[in-house]
Amino acid sequence: MTTPAASATQPLLRVRGLEKRFGDHAVLRGIDLDVMPGDRIAILGASGSGKSTLLRCLNFMERPSAGVVELAGQAIGRTAPGKGADTTGERRYDEAELTRVRQRVGMVFQQFNLFPHMTALGNVMEGLRTVRGQREAEAHTRAQAELARVGLADKAEAYPARLSGGQKQRVAIARALAMDPEVLLFDEPTSALDPELVGEVLRTIRSLAEEGRTMLLVTHEIGFAYHFASRVLFLHDGVIHEQGTPDQVLRHPTEPRTRAFIERHREFDF
Amino acid sequence: MSSLYKWNFGPVLENLDVLWAGALGTLRLFVICVVLGFGFGLVVGLGRHARSRWVHLPATAFVEFFRNTPVLVQILWFYYALPILLPFQISPLTAAALGISLNSAAFSAEIFRGGIESIDRGQAEAARALGMTAAQAMRRIVLPQALRRMLPALTNRGIEIFKMTTLASAVAYVELLQQGKLLSSLNFNPIETYTVIALVFFLCLFPLVQATYALERRLGRSDA
Repeated sequence: MTTPAASATQPLLRVRGLEKRFGDHAVLRGIDLDVMPGDRIAILGASGSGKSTLLRCLNFMERPSAGVVELAGQAIGRTAPGKGADTTGERRYDEAELTRVRQRVGMVFQQFNLFPHMTALGNVMEGLRTVRGQREAEAHTRAQAELARVGLADKAEAYPARLSGGQKQRVAIARALAMDPEVLLFDEPTSALDPELVGEVLRTIRSLAEEGRTMLLVTHEIGFAYHFASRVLFLHDGVIHEQGTPDQVLRHPTEPRTRAFIERHREFDF
Repeated sequence: MSSLYKWNFGPVLENLDVLWAGALGTLRLFVICVVLGFGFGLVVGLGRHARSRWVHLPATAFVEFFRNTPVLVQILWFYYALPILLPFQISPLTAAALGISLNSAAFSAEIFRGGIESIDRGQAEAARALGMTAAQAMRRIVLPQALRRMLPALTNRGIEIFKMTTLASAVAYVELLQQGKLLSSLNFNPIETYTVIALVFFLCLFPLVQATYALERRLGRSDA
């Protein structure tokens, strides 16, 4: 949870000059972003625009090629020797530090990635037991509560293979929530779902928004982004091309690329 | 000539105690080689999977060396050559256990590596995203799933190890084949003796192989 004292003044996440290259290919080309406590940020963009990579750099599933990420005022990693204290260049990251960062920044994946050899309850308990070192009984109680929160208390003993896609994703959300993350990252959480299962996952995410959680969501669901987000980013070619309130970006975009993207997505609306 | 041969299992059956001693020796060598071979194989397999070249290059060199040299040569080398280089004697058991274990480690390392790499990357990612260390993610999430897939291949490896124990007779370690050689040279009855030895191996391994098939069918079913 966020500390109320810090919430008014300090961004929870502060990103400056973030770049990511895979070989010669620059996927992110300088991202600046402040995430305030309670922000709900929807990240839109065509495939290949870098939106998933941006999210994955925030919990260091990918290590940035340049730039700085600060979590609650603490810069992660350190400047490489011989470089000034600027934001350019590749930083050195200590694996133990990144592990601690990931304990504070939760992630929900497009493909759910539930652990198939554990029950739904076992999936939610796993982080509490292995990472937090909680006792069986304590972890059990907490995991049961998180499953109830996503409406799956009755599926506690079911293995992932017996769950629908929507149920799997809700277990994955419960698994992330159990760790009390300060920020939650959703990487296209409904893109692998059959259309009739999208709603239950979006409703779960919306209920988290109502609790005031800080969340970043990469999505293709423009309608959901409109209702969910406090801010919308439109990424194009590795930079933030346009940003603002949902009304500004989604209803009155100023950039031609944003407008074209939104029109494409609404082409078959009725 | 051979059709006129009169089979006589009497002398073999009178020396069952000799064969029993051999069976115990075979079992002891087998257990040592399975534990050491699979244990070290897991370490080497993880090493081959590692990103750092200082870890995976030596692991790869180990695998390639021991996969591409005959176990019998290794056993003889450990028994006859190593004591010349080192200031101590090596028992037949140690020489045989070294040769077979290192060879089994090389082969099982490949099984472990293949099993680990067959697990979807998203599994390790999800574990790391929860804040697990790489070691915790391997132990809690990746290995339990990989082991399930590897079980049939590892059982096959175990059967190979059981049969390889006969190579220890080359350095006069007391196991089934060694005892068989002894009996056949004392009683001049190689036909009966080696027939019995072969049957003993068959009776030990056949049920084991059947169990492997059953296991493969069971795992195959629940994977779907």
